[in-house]
Amino acid sequence: MAGKTLYDKLWDDHVVRQEEDGTALIYIDRQLLHEVTSPQAFEGLRLAKRKPWRVEANLATCDHNVPTTDLKNGIDSIADPVSKIQVQTLGMNTKQFGITEFGMGDPRQGIVHVVGPEEGITLPGTTLVCGDSHTATHGALASLAHGIGTSEVEHVLATQCLIQKKMKNMLVKVEGKLRPGVTPKDVILAIIGKIGTAGGNGYAIEFGGQVFRDMSVEGRMTVCNMAIEGGARVGLVAVDEKTIEYVKGRPYAPKGEHWELAVEAWKSLVSDEDAVFDRVVEIQGEDILPQVSWGTSPEMVLDVNGHIPDPDKEADPVKATSIRNALKYMGLAAGTPIKEIPVEYVFIGSCTNSRIEDLRAAASVLKGKKVADKVELAIAVPGSGLVKQQAEAEGLDKVFIEAGFEWRNPGCSMCLAMNADRLPAGKHCASTSNRNFEGRQGAGGRTHLVSPEMAAAAAVAGHFVDVRDVL
Amino acid sequence: MEKFTRLTAIVAPLDRANVDTDAIIPKQFLKSIKRSGFGPNLFDEWRYEDVGQPDADNSGRPLRKDFVLNLPRYQGAKILLARENFGCGSSREHAPWALKDFGFDVIIAPSFADIFFNNSFKNGILPIVLDDKTVDNLFQETFAHEGYQLEINLAEQHIIKPDGEVIAFEVDRFRKHCLLNGLDDIGLTLQHAEQIQAFEANRKATKPWLY
Ligand code: SF4
Repeated sequence: MAGKTLYDKLWDDHVVRQEEDGTALIYIDRQLLHEVTSPQAFEGLRLAKRKPWRVEANLATCDHNVPTTDLKNGIDSIADPVSKIQVQTLGMNTKQFGITEFGMGDPRQGIVHVVGPEEGITLPGTTLVCGDSHTATHGALASLAHGIGTSEVEHVLATQCLIQKKMKNMLVKVEGKLRPGVTPKDVILAIIGKIGTAGGNGYAIEFGGQVFRDMSVEGRMTVCNMAIEGGARVGLVAVDEKTIEYVKGRPYAPKGEHWELAVEAWKSLVSDEDAVFDRVVEIQGEDILPQVSWGTSPEMVLDVNGHIPDPDKEADPVKATSIRNALKYMGLAAGTPIKEIPVEYVFIGSCTNSRIEDLRAAASVLKGKKVADKVELAIAVPGSGLVKQQAEAEGLDKVFIEAGFEWRNPGCSMCLAMNADRLPAGKHCASTSNRNFEGRQGAGGRTHLVSPEMAAAAAVAGHFVDVRDVL
Repeated sequence: MEKFTRLTAIVAPLDRANVDTDAIIPKQFLKSIKRSGFGPNLFDEWRYEDVGQPDADNSGRPLRKDFVLNLPRYQGAKILLARENFGCGSSREHAPWALKDFGFDVIIAPSFADIFFNNSFKNGILPIVLDDKTVDNLFQETFAHEGYQLEINLAEQHIIKPDGEVIAFEVDRFRKHCLLNGLDDIGLTLQHAEQIQAFEANRKATKPWLY
């Protein structure tokens, strides 16, 4: 019999029961909750007079609606009354059901996918869900983690299980070494450019190869975070020394005797040598250059030296229409060099790139430089209160501020603009977030997905540049 | 959940690939703490000239005349015809809530994003996957004939076209059973409560660090 993939192992370890047709009941170890996708789930529980199955398996924080500017008045700092109700509702629900919440004002509050790993809630070998598609992030720690809808949030609250069918296995293998200036964000954008936004539909992707072995755990999170942009609900990286080092000592991580036991168990969380994947995609690390997205889907991405594609040269009519729609929305002409796209807004943040290493990387490019005059707003938004504290302890806030950035409080911010941070219509934004859909950062706004280093370099130049030329 | 058995209805063709959930229901409407009332804001940015606000009255807003759902011939449509990777992007269940609230019970496309596909079934929407060529054909016929209707029969797993042609489709057995009977899957899962407890007890014994 062939060996097992990491995904197979995680799946097998959580099957409570399985029907003949493959539909399975899967046990869920951890659930993270936030204010946007949970209110209707709690309401459902109340209506059916149900209780959470295991209260301690859940942890909540608010992130999508919280302001990143002045927070002096606590929850009253939220100007939009509808946003405020949503944040208040999370507070009320978690209180009623006895679930721990890192609310506004708590230094541990932040983007749910930054908070989970940071607190040691995300552990190797667990199943973890959240009503948010970027839950794939946690797979960087070999946790079988994926996004679910609100009905499923309610299902997990009530039963500690999910009804699922097993996905197929895909291996994305990046061997070799990355060139200097090429980051985890460029790796995942290049992968999506290759497989397409639907390429991973129905698969759990494992990221393997020398490049991921060399990558830091935070870098792996950036990669797994965007597995969903390649269509896969799950992105995974095998356990190694780095994984264990990362988890060690975190507030919710196992301690003492339990730690020893856990580490022993975690060491087996790798795909067997003879495991068979349904699909394998291979990329050479040296071939990846800094990436910039030019359109309205994450697969519309090119390296910084590229030119905007011409829809008239696209043979597939559905694709040609997509390109035409995208160019119209983005206000770009076929053939334009990526480096000539003006940058008017810069956003460094989001669950893709708001951890301490991301902020360090952006600051290293910005140090001693100034944001270009034509950049109307550049903001740096740490992923959590603790990331913010760490960055300030290292003096990174000063580097950002001296360069002309605004240094903000943690939250999702301009990644999807549910709070007050919005990209105005028609403006081009160099953004370290994960989605460049129409209207994502604000109605009519034009998003270009890049790494923190590339965003910082674009802020200084006022247009995209190859960060390797300014390092 | 509402039952779904069969339906004969007008088809609306949304001729775009990779329609994402941000387009289906823009984020400002996710601030609601309710499950209903999203229909008027379905495809808000494509449907209206102005930018919609949550809790506002949508009746007087200027419509984009050329958007497919605004064309008189597709009024009352309950079947949405779409291109590949429909529903990609976020996990927001507000997307199927909005489609359902607007009146769509069936979505036909060559492929769907996984989370959206799953969320649809939980809300009484039947997503049907057909091959590219068949979908393309349906697009051509929908464009060509005003009032074009399809009959969808879930029990039989087929679609009947106006010319009598029958198209079979696949659907997962468990999901079909839930849709046909309007079953709440939490209730179904709780029938296995003892098994879940036993699993949990075993996990606690073998992986104590998780508890
Ligand atoms: S940062 Fe953006 S992608 Fe991440 S959870 Fe928040 S809104 Fe979603």
